Order: sequence, then structure tokens, then C-alpha cells
Amino acid sequence: MSARADILAAIRANKPGFSGPAPDIPNHDDGYPCDAADLRALFVGAMEQMGGAWVEPASDETLTATVHRALGDRLDAGSCIASNIAEIPGDRRVCEADTSASLNDVDVALLRARFGVAETGSVCFTEHELVVNAVAYLAQHLVVLLDPSEIVTNLHRAYQRDDYKTARYTVFHTGPSATADIEGVLVRGAQGVRSLTVVPAVDQAPTPGG
Amino acid sequence: MASDNGANATSEAQPRPAKPGAGKRVDHAAGARQFLAATEHAESHDERVWAMRQRRDAAVETIPEWEELRDLASQIKTHALTHLDEYLEQFEANAKANGIHVHWAADAADHNRIVHEIFQENGVQRVIKSKSMLMEECGFRQYMDAAGFDMIETDLGERIQQLDDEDPSHVVVPAVHKMRSDVSQVFSKTLDSDPGNDDAHYLTEHQRQATRPLILDADAGMTGANFAIAETGGFVVCTNEGNADLSANVPNLHVASIGIEKVVPRVEDMGVFIRMLSRSALGSPITQYTSHFRGPKPGGETHIVLVDNGRSERLGSEKFWSALKCIRCGACMNTCPVFRRSGGLSYGATYTGPLGLILDPSIDARRYSNLPFASTLNGSCTNVCPVKINIHEQIFEWRKVLAEDKQVPWTKRSSLAAAGRVLASPKSYRAALKTAHSALHYLPDWAIYNRLNAWGQVRDLPDVPAEGTFHDWYRKHRLNTAEAGDNE
Repeated sequence: MSARADILAAIRANKPGFSGPAPDIPNHDDGYPCDAADLRALFVGAMEQMGGAWVEPASDETLTATVHRALGDRLDAGSCIASNIAEIPGDRRVCEADTSASLNDVDVALLRARFGVAETGSVCFTEHELVVNAVAYLAQHLVVLLDPSEIVTNLHRAYQRDDYKTARYTVFHTGPSATADIEGVLVRGAQGVRSLTVVPAVDQAPTPGG
Repeated sequence: MASDNGANATSEAQPRPAKPGAGKRVDHAAGARQFLAATEHAESHDERVWAMRQRRDAAVETIPEWEELRDLASQIKTHALTHLDEYLEQFEANAKANGIHVHWAADAADHNRIVHEIFQENGVQRVIKSKSMLMEECGFRQYMDAAGFDMIETDLGERIQQLDDEDPSHVVVPAVHKMRSDVSQVFSKTLDSDPGNDDAHYLTEHQRQATRPLILDADAGMTGANFAIAETGGFVVCTNEGNADLSANVPNLHVASIGIEKVVPRVEDMGVFIRMLSRSALGSPITQYTSHFRGPKPGGETHIVLVDNGRSERLGSEKFWSALKCIRCGACMNTCPVFRRSGGLSYGATYTGPLGLILDPSIDARRYSNLPFASTLNGSCTNVCPVKINIHEQIFEWRKVLAEDKQVPWTKRSSLAAAGRVLASPKSYRAALKTAHSALHYLPDWAIYNRLNAWGQVRDLPDVPAEGTFHDWYRKHRLNTAEAGDNE
């Protein structure tokens, strides 16, 4: 405990002899589209720039069919789809009792995003959507349902939500895992997921804990 | 960023500047010379680092309020640092209320001991960790290696450096000084990859497969933090690989090392910083993963170690306290002509580039006394800094401080003192210039291009103008006309 007292005492003795005020943070989003379709287009453009894929459901298609179409040749007969969403059962559910390591064989995880950010093309999850946080990193591919009405303009708006004050874990995913650590060459699938696909789907069953 | 492997792989050996032993002064110029001698490496480094700066510029142009964001970021940091004691206490109280264990470390040794004890109490042997400059600063990995723990880096660049037994050379891209031929060599020796294959996709995949079992088997995961939020007691970690999320979420024990200067007051402050961090670093609008940890996962345990290690003392320095605002984006390195051409390892320090020039001397003034001279003072670092630290002015201030404290080598001090005497008097300056000019005509090359003249070592001295000095020219052509004009 003495380190704590020493550090705080040193800070009090040394901190600059004036008090800088905390600035007000503007929203900086006057220039964003008010029209939902335009905002969605902005989101799609940003997420594609970051390596994500956007797949629109066809008019006569079930959600399950859309997801399978979106995954295309990433699926084979032995693939394991783990689902966290009510709409699609998948090959297994992710349960709170699952250990992280037991999710290592998941090929595709199906998740619902809490909301999206148009500025960056990010989707947001908390532990409520993930159930076991590690599934979003150990799975080889992610397919994410996003309610298009839950897209905010920019990060200032995103941080005005109360998720960070109530959830234990909140994360923005913006495209798949990526690295350019070897001679600047961009490689997707460095440590986490190899691909991230977002499918627009209105949320009919509100997420528990939401 | 999306370029494929070019055809021109190199077989040139990677330059490896010698790291001076304890108590020795780092000779940045010698390290830089060695780096430049490996011409393919030097060229590749310059191009790649400059490409990051160019992508940063392109990203900044899409944000009309960029300059306003810089002002806000700087103000938030000023506010946080002038109330640091209060916000640290608030952060600690909230983190504890969320079930996080909070520890305080006065210095590097304290930090290493505290983490060691946490591991011993929990029977930890195998650790996966995400990149952390603070842990580098504390010599943590070396300490834990010596104590017999398996510490596995999960960031690809950091893992390359770990397997090659080298320090990171850049705060964002630790292995940027290496070419893919170097990585291929390291991986074929340590991870059993095909020595004939230096394709970046192959090497990255090989590392992914080799690291996955280590991640699944780890007893504990470690991360640093980019920001700590007093309002929630949570902290934010930004990565592109998702490796911090694996480190924090796969094992049940998560230990985060956080410098005390990382605390900001409110969640909404993150809007400003996250909008700027990755744009400044790599030119992308955000990192692929931006994670907010506010409490342990169910059944898990989270520890935070708040580290001082000289920061509270630096807060008391009128000229240098604002360096504590740094958010480690690396933009100052990417724009610095000296960093781009000398390679990060030549700095012989945890923090390299312009940021290193102002942080390292405060850690060890004698060891890093050469570093503040590794700058052209062109001010570019200051212009790109997202939190508006006056970096080049602080570099200049450090030169003065080090010279006054006699930390600067005698040759530099005495020649600067002589120059000071000459420059202080216009008459002696003109006399010296005349002597030098005529001397340049007659002196043999060995007298000009020798070890004492750093300028002459890498370039030719300019020819003396036929008309003499500007002062001569002015007296002849302008002085009389100007006076005549005044008389009219």
C-alpha cells in the first residue's frame, strides 16, 4: 500500500500548478446523412474498406439461406457453426458453461451486433451478445446480424450510449483480424477471425440484458 | 496497405546495431550508419514508414474537424494530468467496485515483482501477452524469462522480435525494420517454417498455427492499455490482430499493466481519442478491434497494475510534463526523416523516434544523452502529433538541459561553446567565415573529410560562392543604394 500513497503524494506535489478545464465534446455529426438508407450506405462503404463484407438478403430467401450464401466456399460438410442468435440454430449453441478453449473448433460464429458505427464501419458487441467472449476471436469466421436502424453516425455518438458503463466487456469489431507486420503486406486472419460478414436483419427479439 | 509481395526479395543480412552495456552511452549515429550501410533494408524501411505517414495524411483530410479534435485531445489530457491524483483514485474505486484487483507499482522492479506474485499465487506457468510498451520499459519479459515463465507474444511483429531475441523498433509496428527474408529466416529456425518460402501470407499463417495451441493452453493473459477511464474503472485496448482479446478472454486470469498517465476522466473522451489514434498511426479510421474491459468475465479474475516508473516526477517538470500526453500512435516517428533513415534499433531504447528523444533522457540522462541530437528540428513531429505535444521544442530543450548537466560528450560541448562565442559577435563571425572560406580553398581533403566533421562524412561541403559572403555582396550592391534611397 505504500507505493500507492507515495505515488499519489508525488503527483500532488508535482502536478502543474494550474487546473486545465475539461472541454465539452461536440458531436461533429452535422454533415452525416439523416436518411437511414444513406447512413447505411456510409456504414457499408466504411466496413468494406476495413475488409468486412455486407450481404443483403434476397427477397424470397430465409435468413439461414442468406447466411449460407454469404459463407459460400468457407463452409464444407464438416464445418461447425456456433450460433448465439435465436433466428438460426446452427450446429451448436454457445452456452455460459462453455470454456473458452472448447470453442477452438468453431468454424463460424453467428452473432447479433448491439449497434453499428457508420464513420468506421464497426459493429459493437458486449458480453451479452457474445455469451463467451472468446468465441468472437477463436472462430475462423464471423457472421453478424445488424439491425439497420441501430447504426449511429460516428464514434462521438457511439460513446454517448451507456453500454460501457453497464457491460463488463464492450468491443468494436471493424472487419476481420488483420496485420501488416511483415514488409507491410496486408494479411487478413492474423490471430482472430479470417472474415467478418454483416447481414442486415431487423431485431425482433431484443437481446437479453439489453 | 494492400500490396502483394514484390518480386525483389533481398538476401542482404539484417543490420543489427550493437546495444551498449549497462552504464554506457547509446551511440545513435553509429547505429544509424550501420543501418544505412544495409542499403536495401534502409530503403525499404524509409518507404514503409513514409507510406504510413502518407496514409495518415489521406485519412486526416477526410475529417474536417481534425484540428479541433487535436485541440480537444490536448485539453482533455491537460485536464486529466492536472487532476491526475483525483482521477486515479476515482478509477481505482470504480475498478474495485467492478471486481477488478488494483495494484500500484512505484517503478519497474515493483511492477515485475507484483505480477510475479500474482502468477505464483495462481499457479501460473504459461502466459500469453499482447504488445505493451510499458512492459518493455519495465524489462518485464526478460525478468519473467529469467524466473522460468513461458511468455508468448501474440502480436505478430512482437512475436517476430521475441523469436529473434531483439527489442521492438517501432511503437506500432515492432518489426518494421525487418524484411520478409529476415522473418523467413527467424521462423525457419524457431517455428520450423520452410526456409525457402518468404511469402508474407505463408509466414503469417505459419505463425497463427504455431501460436494457437499456446493460446489455448495459457494459464494467464497480459495486456497493456491505451486508455483508462476514471468514470467507469474500465480500460481500453486497441489492436488490429485481436490478440489482446485472445490474451484477455481465453485464460481465466487477465493482468493489465497501465501507466498512470493513461487515465482520462470520461467515456465520451474516447470519442476524441479513438477517432484520432489509428488515423494518426496507420491511416485507418479505427483499429480492427477496440475493446473496453470493465470487469472480469464470469468465473474470471482481472488485475490492474498502475505503474509510475518516473511519471509522477516528470509531471513536475515545467518544460517536459506535457510529454505525458503521448498516446503512442507513432505518427511522429513515421514523419521523422532521422527515424526513417536510421531504423528504430539505432536508438538503443524502448521508445524510439522523436517520442523517444523526449522520453528516454528522463529515464536515463547519461545513457540517452545523444538521442536529442538525432533530430533536424524540422517540427514535422509536432505538426502531426494528435495531442499537440511541442515535440521538437522539447527536443531542443533537452539539448540545453543535457549540455548544462554536462551529459553531452566533451567534443560536442566544446565545439558548441566555441561556436557560441563566434556567433555571439558579428565581427568575429565574419572574420571566422572569411578564414573558413579561404581555408576551404587550400585545405587538403583529409583535413575536411575526417572524423571530427560529421557533416563531411556523408556529403560534400558546398563550394564557396565566387562573390564571397552575403555580407560582402550586400555591402557592394545594396548598402549604398539603400542609403541613397533613404536620402531622397
